Amino acid sequence: MVKLTREQVAWRAAQDLREGAFVNLGIGIPTLAANFVPKHREVIFHSENGILGLGPRPTSGTEDPNLIDAGKSPATLAIDGCYMHHADAFLMIRGGHLDVSLLGAFEVSEAGDLANWATDDPTFPPGVGGAMDLAVGAREVRVLMDHVGKNGEPRIRHRCTLPLTALCVVKRIYTNLAVIDVQPNGLLVREIVGGISNIELQSLTEPKLQFSTNLQILAPPLAA
Amino acid sequence: MINKQVKTCAEAVAGISDGATVLVAGFGAVGVADHLLDALHDQGAKELTVVANNAGTGDYGLAKLIDSGRVRKVICSYPRSGDYRAFLAAYRSKSLELELVPQGTISERMRCATAGLGGFFSPVSAGTKLAEGKETREIGGRLHVFERPLKGDVALIKARAADRWGNLIYSKSARNFNPVMATAAELTVVEVDTMVELGEMDPEAIVTPSIFVDRVVVVGEGAWSS
Repeated sequence: MVKLTREQVAWRAAQDLREGAFVNLGIGIPTLAANFVPKHREVIFHSENGILGLGPRPTSGTEDPNLIDAGKSPATLAIDGCYMHHADAFLMIRGGHLDVSLLGAFEVSEAGDLANWATDDPTFPPGVGGAMDLAVGAREVRVLMDHVGKNGEPRIRHRCTLPLTALCVVKRIYTNLAVIDVQPNGLLVREIVGGISNIELQSLTEPKLQFSTNLQILAPPLAA
Repeated sequence: MINKQVKTCAEAVAGISDGATVLVAGFGAVGVADHLLDALHDQGAKELTVVANNAGTGDYGLAKLIDSGRVRKVICSYPRSGDYRAFLAAYRSKSLELELVPQGTISERMRCATAGLGGFFSPVSAGTKLAEGKETREIGGRLHVFERPLKGDVALIKARAADRWGNLIYSKSARNFNPVMATAAELTVVEVDTMVELGEMDPEAIVTPSIFVDRVVVVGEGAWSS
């Protein structure tokens, strides 16, 4: 079995971003997807802190202290990008104006419930940021995550065990082992990495998986 | 002649009272009125409720206020940002209360106060821990949570430039919460890099109109270029 790297998971998610889409990239693996949008395809990235048309990372020495992304890293503005204040940035998120929100996750349920904001560690204060707004508001929520946790425990669950971010919102899950669609009648595996059987994938997943009759091998370029 | 410019940060924060609700604009360390926050520290107001996206970083500004025990409550979306040791210490010693609010709900609650509205129903947080105890209603087949308006006694704003009437423009992503908070407080105090002559700003580019601004203080040497 060859697990995908974080970059390869981001590459796979980027292939599904269509020409002209308005997209918000969550902190973590989703942020990497900006690097893998196919050339000549125009995708417009939104950042919750008031940027529509987020550009690539600035080169060293050209950082602007007044220009950062949602992860508070230095950013640039794309050609024809613009700024807006926070209420408008979230009006775009909450009001269904974004085509796609790519988010990281701790857990996803078979109904598409998402848990990605709190680990319930009482020694640290909780933080939610824009996670709930993004999970509820975008037209389509897709999740990028490792298929299992650090101790091998499934992260695709019957029901989430961690505090919920939103209910019934996730439509597609990109993991380091498979691409899975959340459908009304259950989870449908569209693509699977080489060297792993359907039975093995099922053993790493809590809910029952269905496999597409047109199941594809998930094989990103090595460079990704 | 209208002139909202004051000479010092101390003058700018004069009269902010104990127990005030203070809107602190910014996202991470960008677009934060750190000079005004330091002046508020020196002014001595205590028992403050602070509304912000984050909860201060390092040992200056909001973190300094928290570290000095001046803040009773923080309403924010993400306290774990940057070097948030001052907040963490206060949180762990239970000397400070945290109200965690989704980021878009914070800004909309303030916009609601600005607009003179009594609240709104939002699908954000429905069915989660953050909606516990809140009124809910099903609208269009979807569960919504009732959110109340959020108004400040004072807003501390960071802008790039002002004129003497108090019209404001901002700089790039340092705009963030500033225009929203500038409209949502009884007293709006602004620190700017530079003052410009009345009429010098492009009226199409003014983001915060002067009606929302009470006091302006220059804290930088930034040159004005349009």
